[in-house]
Amino acid sequence: MFYREAGQFKTSYAADQALLPIRQDRIGLGLILFVAFVAIPLLASDFLIGSIMIPFLVFALASVGLNILTGYAGQLSLGTGAFMGVGAYSCYKLTTYFPDINILFMVLLSGVFSAAVGVVFGLPSLRIKGLYLAITTLAAQFFLEWCFIRIGWLYNYNDSGAIEVPQRKLFDIAITGASASPTVRYLVIVVLVSIMTLLAANILRGRIGRSWMMIRDMDIAAELMGVRPLYAKLSAFAFSSYYCGVAGALMVFFWIGSAEAEAFDINHSLLVLFMVIIGGMGSLLGCFLGAAFIWVLPIIIRAVPPMLGLDVIAATTEHVSNIIIGVLIIFFLIVEPHGLARLWQIGKEKLRTWPFPYSSN
Amino acid sequence: MSAGNQEPVGGADVDRFNSDLTVSEPLNETSRQYTTELLSVENVSLSFGGVQAVTDISFNIMQGEVRAIIGPNGAGKTSLLNVINGFYHPQEGVINFRGKPRRRMKPYQAAASGIARTFQNVALFKGMSTLDNIMSGRSLKMHRGFFWQLVHLGPARNEEIRHRRRVEEIIDFLEIAHIRKQPVGRLPYGLQKRVELGRAMAMEPELLLLDEPMAGMNLEEKEDMSRFIIDLNSEFGTTIALIEHDMGVVMDLADRVVVLDYGKKIADGTPAEVQASQEVIDAYLGVAH
Repeated sequence: MFYREAGQFKTSYAADQALLPIRQDRIGLGLILFVAFVAIPLLASDFLIGSIMIPFLVFALASVGLNILTGYAGQLSLGTGAFMGVGAYSCYKLTTYFPDINILFMVLLSGVFSAAVGVVFGLPSLRIKGLYLAITTLAAQFFLEWCFIRIGWLYNYNDSGAIEVPQRKLFDIAITGASASPTVRYLVIVVLVSIMTLLAANILRGRIGRSWMMIRDMDIAAELMGVRPLYAKLSAFAFSSYYCGVAGALMVFFWIGSAEAEAFDINHSLLVLFMVIIGGMGSLLGCFLGAAFIWVLPIIIRAVPPMLGLDVIAATTEHVSNIIIGVLIIFFLIVEPHGLARLWQIGKEKLRTWPFPYSSN
Repeated sequence: MSAGNQEPVGGADVDRFNSDLTVSEPLNETSRQYTTELLSVENVSLSFGGVQAVTDISFNIMQGEVRAIIGPNGAGKTSLLNVINGFYHPQEGVINFRGKPRRRMKPYQAAASGIARTFQNVALFKGMSTLDNIMSGRSLKMHRGFFWQLVHLGPARNEEIRHRRRVEEIIDFLEIAHIRKQPVGRLPYGLQKRVELGRAMAMEPELLLLDEPMAGMNLEEKEDMSRFIIDLNSEFGTTIALIEHDMGVVMDLADRVVVLDYGKKIADGTPAEVQASQEVIDAYLGVAH
């Protein structure tokens, strides 16, 4: 009833091809951006920002990366964690070599290294598909993890074996390191994630994005329409790995502050893959929904017993929350295998015709 | 049944079919003259291991004509199309396209040189809308680079709109405006076939290979599809190579027909000549022993 595009006529192809052609969607996104850019920095507690919003945005960005590869280009990957690690380690190396260059530039540059590594490990995709490809990306996961542990040069031969984030400033305000406030770090991340999501949406609606979806849906026909599988697949690997790399750099520099190789292990890859599957393959909105579901929901569940005044030991809430999340994952996948984004889509279609569900096609 | 008393070759049938189609002028093979050779297949043989799919086949396709390839199941028709657009590489023989010989060609190179194709079992991009499917046919004509696409402003946006306009013309031509934004996976079969034709049309090919465009359609859908093929050929001048099992359609649409059986060419000529050929009748009806 309230969500209906009646009366919103498009008089140009430009208007019809806009990212959000329906006015209600634009208003909704405006509200979300207002909350993200104004309300949260002003009102939210450090815990909400530091432990919920920052990780949520980092994971959302990594999910965007993986979703481009798996959801849009159809190449299953289990190496997300390792690609994030490449971004984090190269950002660390870059900023310790060139301390004077702005850290934000280094974060964006570190994605390039991740993209290059992604292309190399994407080469098998030219020959193999599906689950078999997923297994070869496992090779990337284990090989790169081994590099992070064994190659001391990567972490500047620290005794701890970990990369520790130095303090870096932007306009004389500390944005990384121990003294940077969560609000400042949050603002940096929310700006970067917003811009990068917009750019991804642009790529996906143009020629390059279409060529990825063509390869995903029917590679033989795609080749016949003039898409070169080599370019399409490797560019998808590069673009996706760039996003994962930047997400990895953001994760270490703006969230956890220091990281060892274990931070980028296979569990991390699987976590991001679950976010993509739960959120919805081939949907940018799904990346954010999935990241919220997997990361934010357990925190909320764990916060419930103390709020109710129940005295439950931490381990129990941990286990119970795992059980609840597991059950919810199964439930949502049975209700809608295409993820939360598809559920939202169906909801919108229902709203369009409510209260006369038989009135349109 | 002999060729002799088949004098008015399918005449009555053809006329009735035309009046159903409300095509103003029946395609009369004698009134259309073709002078330029677009594609020629010379002594092509193709085998998979021990299976001989195509044996020593030669024929040509003239610029502007509708060329039908017919034959019983397993005759090698689809294999021949796959050879023409580069999925298979023949062990022997040469294919000349626009006068230039080519031996090993990748499908995307064939696409770039102006050969488009539809498939026997619909090969649409199921997750994409009708609009995006047809837009995908414009891939080779869009050239804006990565960074323009990233910002989607100025040239990249104008390019997208320019091609959208062209795609909308095709959508109008095929009368599928109402399903423009629907994912093609949800469309009925007949419409999917039509979208696939639109996708091939969007490439603006010189040679369009149609692999059974009417398979599994009812009469009305076949009539629609025939009309699109005729209009496509006469209005846009697209050369068409057509595989089809419906003889009424083939005899009506085609300027010339090549008949295959067990991978060999058994007849080649106008529909009338082919229908009169004893070998063709034997291939389709079997031979008494």
